[in-house]
Amino acid sequence: MAKIKGAVVVNTERCKGCNLCVVACPAEVLILNKEANSKGYNFSTMANPDDCVGCAACAYVCPDACITVYKVRV
Amino acid sequence: MSESKKHNTEEVRLMKGNEAIAHAAIRCGCDGYFGYPITPQSEIMETMMELEPWNTTGMVVLQAESETSSINMVYGAAGCGKKSMTSSSSPGVSLMQEGISYIAAGELPCLIVNVMRGGPGLGTIQPSQADYFQAVKGGGHGDYKLITLAPASVQEMADHTVLAFELAFKYRTPAMILADGIIGQMMEKVVLPPFQPRMTEAEIAEKCPWATLGKPAWRKPNIITTLSLDAHEMEETNIRLQAKYREIENNEVLYEEFLCDDAEYLVIGFGTCARVSQKAVEMCRAEGIKVGLLRPITLFPFPTVAISKHADKVKSMLTVEMSAGQMVEDVRLAVNGRVPVEFYGRMGGVVPSPDEVYEVLKSKLVNK
Amino acid sequence: MTTNDIINPANLVYAKAPIMNDVPMHYCPGCSHGVVHKLIAEIIGDMDMQEKTIAIAPVGCGVFAYKYLDVDWQQAAHGRAPAVATAAKRLLPDRLVFTYQGDGDLAAIGTAETIHACNRGENIAIIFINNGIYGMTGGQMAPTTLGGMKSSTSPNGRTVPLNGHPLDITKLLAQLDGTCYVTRQAVHTIAAVRKTKKAIQKAFENSMAGKGTSIVEVVSTCSSGWKMTPEASNDWMVENMFPAYPLGDLKNE
Repeated sequence: MAKIKGAVVVNTERCKGCNLCVVACPAEVLILNKEANSKGYNFSTMANPDDCVGCAACAYVCPDACITVYKVRV
Repeated sequence: MSESKKHNTEEVRLMKGNEAIAHAAIRCGCDGYFGYPITPQSEIMETMMELEPWNTTGMVVLQAESETSSINMVYGAAGCGKKSMTSSSSPGVSLMQEGISYIAAGELPCLIVNVMRGGPGLGTIQPSQADYFQAVKGGGHGDYKLITLAPASVQEMADHTVLAFELAFKYRTPAMILADGIIGQMMEKVVLPPFQPRMTEAEIAEKCPWATLGKPAWRKPNIITTLSLDAHEMEETNIRLQAKYREIENNEVLYEEFLCDDAEYLVIGFGTCARVSQKAVEMCRAEGIKVGLLRPITLFPFPTVAISKHADKVKSMLTVEMSAGQMVEDVRLAVNGRVPVEFYGRMGGVVPSPDEVYEVLKSKLVNK
Repeated sequence: MTTNDIINPANLVYAKAPIMNDVPMHYCPGCSHGVVHKLIAEIIGDMDMQEKTIAIAPVGCGVFAYKYLDVDWQQAAHGRAPAVATAAKRLLPDRLVFTYQGDGDLAAIGTAETIHACNRGENIAIIFINNGIYGMTGGQMAPTTLGGMKSSTSPNGRTVPLNGHPLDITKLLAQLDGTCYVTRQAVHTIAAVRKTKKAIQKAFENSMAGKGTSIVEVVSTCSSGWKMTPEASNDWMVENMFPAYPLGDLKNE
């Protein structure tokens, strides 16, 4: 059976750590990083990359356009 | 005469000053007029609506919901590099001041016509010159100036329309025609300017590289904004604006002299007051009293240098205004105390008569 | 397959639209403005209208929109964007002209400009961000502030005797014969974002087709003004703003 695997890349310097992507992710892939970026924001990061299906919900709701999404069929 | 030939030649007509502005604007390639009715200048928009230039030159004429809206329509049109204008009378021009400040700050060219009426408040519909300060000192918030032209005839209403657009585009700054209700309402013979085509978009893109016509791939976005969060950056903007105003002062002063060469006394007046004063000067001359008249045509830039030179030659000066005394302050600055500068004015829509000015000339200057 | 294998241009499904530039936006974390900016950038790209777009920025938080989208902009005086847009569109009818305005700009100081541009049926699109508060000036009461809602100028909550009723200006604009498309959307979920994108695209298409004025209200959050986290703001919006400003088309002709 074909399985979809995704990955997100966060522009960590552009991210303001608003957490909306974390909430939007249906697979609980994202969390806010413990360490902050240069502006003091705890940026979003993939905690469970294996669970990402590349649905892009995180990117759609991201107000700062800092998420790029990829996906493949494996 | 064929239609095309008629379009390319000057035309002599009898009409009101307000009508002359409308005709001249259409003829000089104006792209857009946006206005709101107010006496005594409503004939400007009425004439345009009658002439329907959208069927001939393609000019847009639109009645806005307020003067606030019409001046901001002018901002929008001018931001696109279009030759745009509005007109109003004193209370309406007060309402426009926000927009005029933005246009000056955004360095956009446009024409604003103020056919002044008596104030303050709703005032009267009779002629006045009490918006002099508002016009030449800025009017809205911040440090800025308007090129201010003061027509004294129907002919100048037409000529100044063409000139105001030329200066506005030359310096990227708003220009104002500051007329009074008499100049707007009276009928005189006028030679209308020849038709000039409106600027094409290619011409606008070349002459106004800052215009927001849509961003082609080869250039950065054009942004018309007046906001800066940095005080030093905003000061730089102000320094640039002030340098522009100094350049205008150096290059664009216009005035007219009448019997000034041998004058011992000088009268200074603009618009209707210049015409009234000219008659008074003639009455004095008939008695052998050497009085001359200096008529500022540009109020900003003000003919400071010309007036200063007269201060070395005449015994005293008189300014005649339809206000409580506004231009007189600029005359006194130019004279700087060298000779007495008297003032005579009527307010609220009352026009001084030549007899009154004659009497004042004799009592305040000659027989003093 | 590792994450690094997946991150490959061939597998790209979502990226920032090229028309949105790399300047970091000044908006607070979680602000709805950013999502709407993204959508506008995407749509202008999809419609291939970058060279034909004249956008009009407001006064308010959206004032700096011109820093983020690579199109020509004019920044209007407070509330005057529809008047500015009117002239631009009338003089350049083949351009895409839209305004981007907040609730204070559109529904308070610019009410006259908004209503009359809509009533004339100007062929412009109006993107209206309604978060029920003045964000830029520090959280004061807006015309759309809900009854009982706290703001810095209604610290004990908005009351009718003192402040009057919340203004549903979008409903009012739908009554005008000049408007062709009036819709209210949001951007708090992926589904809502997709719907808003379709709505803005339709508004832009209407303006190019000369159908009249289109208004897309986006019911939005202001986490700083509301003094909540972005996540709590979304929940509060669903619970309180949506009943007062229900989502959906008010007019679609």
